[in-house]
Formats: sequence, structure tokens, C-alpha cells
Amino acid sequence: MTPVQTEVPQRRGTPQDSDGTPVISVRGLWKVFGPKADRVPESEELCGLTRRELMDRTGCTAAVRDVHFDVSPGEVFVVMGLSGSGKSTLVRCLTRLIEPTAGEIVFEGENIRDADDKRLRELRRQKFSMVFQHFGLLPHRRVVDNVAFGLEIRGMGRAERMKRALEVVELVGLSGYENSYPDQLSGGMQQRVGLARALAGEPDVLFFDEPFSALDPLIRRDMQNEVIRLHHEVHKTMVFITHDLSEALKLGDRILIMRDGKMVQCGTGDELVGAPADDYVREFVKDVPRADVLTLRWIMRPPVDEDALDGPELGPDVVVREATRAVLAAEKPVKVVENGKLLGIVGDEEILAVVAGQEGDAR
Amino acid sequence: MTVAVEKPPTPEPPGPEDAVPEAAPAAAVRRVSRRVVVGAILVVWLVLFAVLRGTNTLTLAAADLTDLHRWLNDVYDSIGANRNSNPLFLYFFNEIRLVIDNLATFVQHLISQPSDSRPLPQIGWLGVVGIAGFVSWAVGNWRVALLTVAGFVFFGLQGLWQESMDTLALTLTAVLVALLFAIPLGVWVGLSDRVNKVMTPVLDFMQTMPTFVYLAPLTLFFLIGGASATIATVIYAAPPAIRITAHAIRSVPETTVEAADSLGATRWQSLLKVLLPMSKRTVVMGVNQTIMAALAMVTIAALIDAPGLGKTVIQALQSLDVGTAFNAGLAIVIMAIVLDRVTTAASGREEAARRSGGRFLARRRQLVVAGAAVTAVLVYLSHTYVWAAEFPGEGSVGSSVASAADTASTWVQDNLSGLTNAFRDALTNGLLNPFQTLLTDSPWWLVGAVLVGLGVVLGGWRSGVTTAVCVGLLVGTGLWSDSMTTLASTLVATVMTMLLAVVVGVWMARSTVADRLIRPTLDAAQVMPPFVYLVPFLALFGATRFTAIVAAIVYAAPVAMKIIADGVRNVPATTVEAATSAGCNTWQIITKVQLPMARGALTLATNQGLIYVLSMVVVGGLVGAGALGYDVVAGFSQGQLYGKGLAAGLAIVLLGVMFDRITQAAARRAGA
Repeated sequence: MTPVQTEVPQRRGTPQDSDGTPVISVRGLWKVFGPKADRVPESEELCGLTRRELMDRTGCTAAVRDVHFDVSPGEVFVVMGLSGSGKSTLVRCLTRLIEPTAGEIVFEGENIRDADDKRLRELRRQKFSMVFQHFGLLPHRRVVDNVAFGLEIRGMGRAERMKRALEVVELVGLSGYENSYPDQLSGGMQQRVGLARALAGEPDVLFFDEPFSALDPLIRRDMQNEVIRLHHEVHKTMVFITHDLSEALKLGDRILIMRDGKMVQCGTGDELVGAPADDYVREFVKDVPRADVLTLRWIMRPPVDEDALDGPELGPDVVVREATRAVLAAEKPVKVVENGKLLGIVGDEEILAVVAGQEGDAR
Repeated sequence: MTVAVEKPPTPEPPGPEDAVPEAAPAAAVRRVSRRVVVGAILVVWLVLFAVLRGTNTLTLAAADLTDLHRWLNDVYDSIGANRNSNPLFLYFFNEIRLVIDNLATFVQHLISQPSDSRPLPQIGWLGVVGIAGFVSWAVGNWRVALLTVAGFVFFGLQGLWQESMDTLALTLTAVLVALLFAIPLGVWVGLSDRVNKVMTPVLDFMQTMPTFVYLAPLTLFFLIGGASATIATVIYAAPPAIRITAHAIRSVPETTVEAADSLGATRWQSLLKVLLPMSKRTVVMGVNQTIMAALAMVTIAALIDAPGLGKTVIQALQSLDVGTAFNAGLAIVIMAIVLDRVTTAASGREEAARRSGGRFLARRRQLVVAGAAVTAVLVYLSHTYVWAAEFPGEGSVGSSVASAADTASTWVQDNLSGLTNAFRDALTNGLLNPFQTLLTDSPWWLVGAVLVGLGVVLGGWRSGVTTAVCVGLLVGTGLWSDSMTTLASTLVATVMTMLLAVVVGVWMARSTVADRLIRPTLDAAQVMPPFVYLVPFLALFGATRFTAIVAAIVYAAPVAMKIIADGVRNVPATTVEAATSAGCNTWQIITKVQLPMARGALTLATNQGLIYVLSMVVVGGLVGAGALGYDVVAGFSQGQLYGKGLAAGLAIVLLGVMFDRITQAAARRAGA
């Protein structure tokens, strides 16, 4: 299964176009656990083995195998996979909390793998921060001290860091709790503290390692909305790890699907649903409500002679659910038009096929 | 299945072809055959014993010495002669002794012993009580402060003020030195896997040894007296602190450390700001353990002339003065309770304080300052005025306690002697004597072979080899016969302990009420220094082996009970439920489900029980248990027996190592 990096069709206002250079660029990244791990990425033969064969042959486990992707500024990049797919290892490799075995990670033009301890600490203090699944809060410190922890480590003065911490506490909606201790808060609120701690240092990139997996469904939804809100407010680049497809579709501008350490497909949500790279992805996206994800681009058909071409116009990136009413209300098929050019048409039949959940191949 | 061979090695693992489908029957075959092998070994032993009785028994009379003992005497003498010329001693051991001695003397001069120019210590009773109360309040709460003040005043009323302060001074000195090493070492062990791997067996070994045996070799290097006592105490008290500190560091959640890393913390920052603060509470628990261990050891160190309550107890035990021994033993118990409560309260306090918020903190600060001022006044008074320095009164309470204990013990001896003696004689004649005869009158090679055989069958080849080495060395110590006597007492006591522990442990596991009632008693019993247990049983059973055995059972039972109770309770509820739904009655559930599934806990309890019993049986040498314990005690008091005492200490170590290896290997098997 070859990873498919589909050309990104422009979707509702992705920040892709803001700047060509990616913030993070990962090339040929490997992480192998086990004895003499170095030899695995170097040997073409070993690279070709499955996980099980590799274990039997060398006693090594390849958690991340030859992964490459770019993250654009301001983008929310989601890495998705089931447990054991290597996604948490991947995100730790990006900040070298786990030392990668091979490959390069270029951040703002600098290969992070070449950074020495001091430079790495500096990057972690100034540029990155991370939100963890199990929060990782300090139980002996109040909320505000937890939020200020990163600033304290940088050596910022007490008054200044408290001021900043209180701002961030307010930003994540924890005002009134700044003097509580973490174990007095609910899980969702504890994760808000984790979020605030990550935001306090004004990092360029935020990493989320399954931050909401430990939370109840309702609270999880709240927190997802919180992340969307914060993303609108602070415009940080985010790399988000999750095992939950609906979370990935909800948050991600682009999604990377991993399996057994390899990347299976990387693309926008509608690409995954509309053009799954293989059966694995297809199985994954089977239950997704397609009308919420697919855009008209995916369901339009080329006009044929008997079609009336004087119906209403819609853009190709309109989501099916939003277009449903307009298409059904119109007497004639809707024209899908981009920059004045007719791409195709969508009639009642196409819409209903998606909305009614009919199992039609979406091309 | 047939087991025709006499001493087959561990049965072969089932062949690969039948391993998977027949795993369960194969395991059953193996267990039964192991039991049969043990039986066969014992039968062969009995038969050979009947034939060979009395030959090759390696007995050695109390005053007789072997070459090894004489050689050790010579070593001791030559060390004594060269103590001030040999550079190793001049620049190493003597220096250590000097520092420790000075420290101990300094603390003693402060609170217990008169210093040069003064007839009384620097701080008198009022000052000490003030400081103790204030510190207890500051680190704990006012309830433990009251307890502390009451306890300390009671020492004075008992007429044991100076002895108590000596014990306290040595305990505090030892704890201070122990923590100075233990906490940094514990942090290191917690941080580094490699150090952990090196330290774990060392700590295991240090903790396996009965307290007693540290004393003998140390006197060789540091002379008999306070310094040796303190150093022995440090050695004994440091391991729990190291272990608990390491454990605390290790149990800080990985995510939290990772979070600090991801924020760019240096190693030092994450140590100071994350690891240490998060392990503080557990470390305070380690301090508690250290203090309790130190107190237990300081009292035993009286054997090498450490001053304090232990000495009073030992002198009283040796003259069979139950009243005095009881009075001093009571003081030790009270001190143990006070120290335990205060440190436990200290570990719980922080939580409570930080919850109560800022206003309380501000008021508390004023209170602390005020308390400190009052304490300073008390200290000044006790430094200046005799009435506040010397505890008033003649210790009349102590005399009444002593005479009450005497009366009680006389009454018991007069009225219950029929009962207690019958019990004692039944057990002694019915179980102990025959078993001891079997062990001591068999040829040494036969007992050795039996031990090695049992080691192999129960613990596998490696523990068999360890046993063989231990047997060989035991013979080498020249104290084979004494070792066998001690072994007999230890095994009998362990069997009794386990019977008691299984009954009570299962009861505790099955009944929450029983657990809630019994557990605090067990906790309290565990903090007591071992030999206060001797006192009441001395009153009941007189100075015999049996006294030591009963004291050992009482000393070892709490820990075994707790392990078994926890093991049985950890049996998954669903399994018990499944058995109930299959129609098991209570007895069937206990014998067929709970106990078999708690097998690991049972072996662990046996291991701990054996070690505890061994250390107590040895201490029993003080009250007529004889054998190795007596050899050690005699070695401290009589110069020409020094070497023999040292060899006896070594023999105890060998017995301990042997027990420990076999039971641990068996526990690993049971767990697998």
C-alpha cells in the first residue's frame, strides 16, 4: 500500500494558500525500538518486512516507518490511527521527546535532529508546546502556578509570569479557578489547564497528543469546540493526534492516517471520504455521514445534452448538506461553477444518493 | 503418574506436543509430584536418622572453640592492638567513628548526658518536652502534640527520663545520618535504572539480615559502644528510606515528567520542581519507616553497650526482673507510638493545610512564631533552673508499673501456670523436641542433603546451589549443632505463625469488619521494637526456648497476616462469584479458590515470616533460647568467646540467606 498524497483541492478557506513554505517538514522519519535499531531504516530488505516479520528477525519494533508530511502555517494537521499505529510516537519524535531513528524534521528551516540539548531546550521553551492525554499537571501547584510553569522554567520573573498566566487562564475559560488545585477540577477543566500551560509560552506550534481521549463525550465536544475557537483566536499551527475519526474530521484541515507505523493516506476530510486510498481507509470512513463531509465537487457529474443549464449556481466546495435544500428546491439541476467556469452539475438524484446514505461509489 | 526415583530433579517441563492442549493437567501432575518428592525426602531422612542417629553431629560445647573462632579472636586482638597504627583504621574507620561519636555525644549532651562543666544536660526535661511538643504541632497537629507531651512526661514519671533521652538521642543521630545518605541515594536509585539494578540486591540483603547480626562485625571496626550502635542503626535504618524515596521518584507519572521536558525543563529543573515536590509525601513516609527501624535497632544495640532503654530491658531480662523490663519496655512502646504518630501526621498534614487556604496560613505563621518563643523560654528555663532541668519526683509511677507487672506476672505464674505450662510442655515435647532431636542428632551430611534436596524441589536448581553453599559454610563456622537448634525453633515458630496468619488473614480478607478491627492492631504491633515482645512472654513462660518462639510468632504474625489478607482480597471478585454460582460453600471457596489463587501471597508471607521469626528467635538468646542467639550475646560480653559470637552471627546470616533464597524462588514459581 503506497501512501497517497493527493493534490489538495482548495476547501473552505484553508490557510494553505497564505504562504508556500511549511512550518514543519518531515522527511523519511523512522523510529525503531529495539536492539541496534539504526540498521533497520538503512537496510532496504528490513524496511520491506511487516511488523511481525521484523520482530521475529531482529527483535525490533518499527513504531514509525518512513513518514513524510508538511504542515503549513496556521494549519490544523491531524494524525489519526488506531492504538499501536505509532501516532503518539510520531508526535513525540517531532519534538524529540523520543529520539527518532532516522529521517529529518525541518522546523522553520532548521533540522531539529541536529539541535544539541541546549538548542532543543530553547526550541521547546520558545517554539513548541504540547498537550498530553493524561494532562501531566503538577498536583502540588495551583492552577495558575501550573499554567506559569513553562514560563518559570524559562526564568521569567514571578510577577510577569503570573500576569501572563492569569491572561491565559481567562482565555481558556478557567477564571475563578486559578487558585484551585488540579485534583479539585474535573477532567475537562484539568485539560483546560494543560491547554493554558501550552498556550502560556506563546509557542509557534502546538502539539496535541490525544488530548480529549480521557474525557467524557459531552466534555470532549466542548473541548473540541474550544480548540476550534482558540484556533480562530490565536491562529497557531497545530498538530493534533487522535484515534477518533469524527474528531479528526471536525478539527483537521488535513488528516494523515497511519497504520502499523506507516502512512496510509494524507489529505483533507472530503478526500478521505470521497477517495479512500485503500480498503483500510474505506472501512474507516464507512460510517461517516457523507453529506457532512463531501462537497459538491465529489458528487457532480458532467452535463449531458438534455440537461437544462440555466439552474442556480453553487461553488464546488459547498458541503452537500448545506446544498441539499437549494438543489431540491430548484426546478432544474444546480450548476457547480468555479471562477466562472462550469465544472459539472448536481441534480436531485446525486444529492439524494448521498443524503439518503445510499452506498454509491463516490468516485 | 509414577514417581519412582528418590530425589528426582524438578520434573521436566511438558513436551511441546502436549504443552498447549494439556497445560492444566500437566501443571497438576507437576504439583502432586513435587509434594510426593518432598514426602519421599522426608521419609528417607527419617529412615536414615533411625539408623545413623548420633553420628557425625558436629556438636560443640558452650565453652569450646574451633580454629576459626580462635583465628577470629586473634584477628580481633590484632585489630585492637593496631587500631591506632594501621592507616586504614587511622584514616578511615577511626575517622568515621570519631565523627559519629562526636555527633552522638553532642546530641546526648544536649538532652540526656551531663556535659563537662554541668551536672545536667544542656536542655532539661521542660525544654525537651517543649521542643517535642512544639515540633509535633508544627509538623503534625495539636492532637499528636498533646500525645507527645503526655508521652514524654510519662517517661519522667516512670523514672526513665535519662534512659529515654539516651535512646531518643541515638535514634535521632542515626536517623539524621541515615537520611543524609539515604535520600540522595534514593533519588539516584529512582532516576537511574542501572543504579537501581545494582542497589536492589544490596538492599534486599541488608533488609533480610536479622538486626542482630550487623552488630558483631561492626564492633570489629568501630569498637563496642555508641559509635558502633549508631552505625549499625544507620545501616539498618537507611534501606527503607532509600527504597521508599526511589519508589516515590519512580511513581511520578511519566506524562508529568514528559510535560516538563516538553516545556524545555533541564534535568535539574525537573528534579527540583517536579520529581522532588511530587514525591515529598511518600518520602516523609520513608522517614517514618527509618525512624521506626532506628528505634528498634537502637534498643537492640544495647547489646553492644549503647546506652538507653534497651540496656535497662536487657539487664532486667538477664536477671529475669519482669517488672523492670516491663516498665522500660512500656517506655519503648510509648516512644515508638509517639514517633510513629508524629511522622504519620506530618505526612498527612501538608494536604490538609494547603486545602484550607491562605487566611489560615497567615494566622498559622503567627502561631508558629508564638510557639517558638514559648519553646525558647522553656528551653532557657530548663537550661538555667534545676527544677526545670531534672525531672522531679522519684519515678514513683515507674515503680508502681514495675510492681504491678511483677504482681501480675506472679499471679499468672501462680494461677495460670498449669495452663501455660501445659501448653508449653505440650508444644515443646510434642513438636519442638522431636524436631530438634531430628535435626541435631542426624549426621550433618544427611541434614545438609535433605536441605539441598528441599531447596532444589521447592526453589529450583539455583536455590539448591545456594543452599549447598550455605550448608557448607555453616559447617565451616563450627556451629552446626547450634545452627540446627536455631533452625528447629525457627521452623516450628514459622509453622505456627503461618497457621495463625492463614486463619486470621483469610478472616480479614473475607470480613470488612474484622479487617477494620484487626488491621490497626497489626500496624501498631509492627512498629514495636522486637524485643519488647519478649517481656510479657517471659512472665508467662519463664526463661525457655519456648518464650522466644512465642515472642517470635507474635512478632512475625502481623506482617504475614497482612500479606495473606491482601493476597486473598486480590483474588478477582468475578472468580469468587463464579465459584459461588457453581454452588461452592464457604469452605470450598476458601480452600479451592481463594487460597490457591493467593499462592504467591502465601509464599511471600512465609518468606517474611521466616525472616522475622529468625531475627526474633535469635534475640531470644537473651532469655534462654540458647543456640546461635546465645553465642552472639555471649560473644559481646566475654572476650574469649568473641570469635565464636562472630561466627554465630555469620551462621545466622547463612540461615537467613538460605531461607530467603528458597522461599523467594518458590514464590517466583508460584507466581509464574
